[in-house]
Amino acid sequence: MELSFQTVMSQVMLGLNNGVFYAILSLGLAVIFGLLNIVNFVHGALYMLGAYVALLGYTMLGPLLGKPDFHLNYWAALIVAPLVVGLLGVGVERTMLRRLRKFDHLYGLLLTFGLALIIQGVFTNYFNVSGDAYEAKPEALNGAVNLGFMMFPKYRLWVIAISLLVCFATWFVIERTKLGSYLRAGTENPELVKAFGVNVPLMITLTYGYGVALAAFAGVLAAPIYSVSPVMGSEMIITVFAVVVIGGMGSIMGSIVTGLLLGMVEGFTKVVYAPASSTVIFLIMVIVLLVKPAGLFGRES
Amino acid sequence: MPEEMLRIKDLHAFYDESHILHGIDLSVGEGEVVTLLGRNGAGRTTILKAIIGLVGRRSGSITVKGIETIGMPTHRIARLGIGYCPEERGIFANLTVEENLLLPRVIKEGGMPLSELYQMFPNLQERRKSMGTRLSGGEQQMLAMARILRTGAKLLLLDEITEGLAPVIVQTLGLLIRQLKEKGFTIVLVEQNFHFAADLADRHYVIDRGVIADMITRDELPSNTEKLNHYLGV
Repeated sequence: MELSFQTVMSQVMLGLNNGVFYAILSLGLAVIFGLLNIVNFVHGALYMLGAYVALLGYTMLGPLLGKPDFHLNYWAALIVAPLVVGLLGVGVERTMLRRLRKFDHLYGLLLTFGLALIIQGVFTNYFNVSGDAYEAKPEALNGAVNLGFMMFPKYRLWVIAISLLVCFATWFVIERTKLGSYLRAGTENPELVKAFGVNVPLMITLTYGYGVALAAFAGVLAAPIYSVSPVMGSEMIITVFAVVVIGGMGSIMGSIVTGLLLGMVEGFTKVVYAPASSTVIFLIMVIVLLVKPAGLFGRES
Repeated sequence: MPEEMLRIKDLHAFYDESHILHGIDLSVGEGEVVTLLGRNGAGRTTILKAIIGLVGRRSGSITVKGIETIGMPTHRIARLGIGYCPEERGIFANLTVEENLLLPRVIKEGGMPLSELYQMFPNLQERRKSMGTRLSGGEQQMLAMARILRTGAKLLLLDEITEGLAPVIVQTLGLLIRQLKEKGFTIVLVEQNFHFAADLADRHYVIDRGVIADMITRDELPSNTEKLNHYLGV
């Protein structure tokens, strides 16, 4: 088999495009797991919800408000969807997750899994499972860019760039700022951080809100690429959990880097042996679990 | 009698189902250094934790400068001007020395600025970029003390600060406590090292099985050695 530089690179670039979604979603999971000690199974459903906020904001919000000409455009959706989903997350944390803090994290997993089923069930009931196209991709992002080795869609390049920016900005805030030092300290010993005058329960609520807002942001980015469907989240989240297991739960940089790398590995596998591309991540997961059970970037406890 | 900084009345504290404190009454005047003595498990650490609100459930009354705190969340109690140094020091491994130092919120004016703290503890300045738990035990204890001096807190709750440290460091800590007392800090000390405590404290409360068994002032100490040895099981 001939592996030309061009074929490999173009698949790797497309893989990187998937990889940024893995990175941004597993980053949210890592941030939430770090401070709340909860495996946020509803993450995929909230990613889907983010995409639907964008879709419905474009198609239905105007008529609903009695102004048929009003469409929530893409740029506004990038702000509005994370806000809507973030607020929803704040409500969920305040009313439900907070009560589970005393218990084993299995309960948080069960609760969020239940929420995911409910949200997905409701959307399956009302919307097309095979997906609706999101037509509001901005003009400016149409077309392709010549990367030298391939023509790459401008929109996907934008997705890669903005996702990397958001991921590394989040990393920077957590690892290099005063606010981040509260978060890191809260991950380690929340009780003591309270005794230092910090409102830890509020910090936990906002962190959960931010984590799920990231999922919604990814959902909006995904809307113009994949069709918007009630099951888009559950399909994505299975792979993302594998990414999280490989990277190691709770490591910020680990989740970003692992997400990006595994997206590219997937892309590369498509060139070498396409049928394996959907299973290669799980194969890697098995190997990592055998060799380093805490994950590549995780600490053994 | 100086003005009252801390007053505890009929304090009960619980962790889950276990009832640890059974009606504690004590008071600490402004500028006083008071120790809580007692055997392991007598409830001394729990008293400190109950003051700052870190026990599962508490009832009774705890006032700080006249303000009732029994219904307040921990972070608000801390902001009344309390600095807490936990047993095992509580240095954060994921934070650098300087981040550890800067973590507690400044709650009142009059705390020591970072530069002054670095002057007092030059080792901390040298190692300010190291991760917190890379420091030696003694350095970690200095860090745990330094970080609550930055906040302007005037009531310090210090839990076993000399535990497991070399004599020369214990001496330094004794000197530090004395300086703080001169500066007008109010200090509640849980201490295993009786000689360390006897030297510094104005009064000693003896805790036994969750109640106050006795209170001995500095002047009464010589005539009460035998009784005290009995309490402490020495």
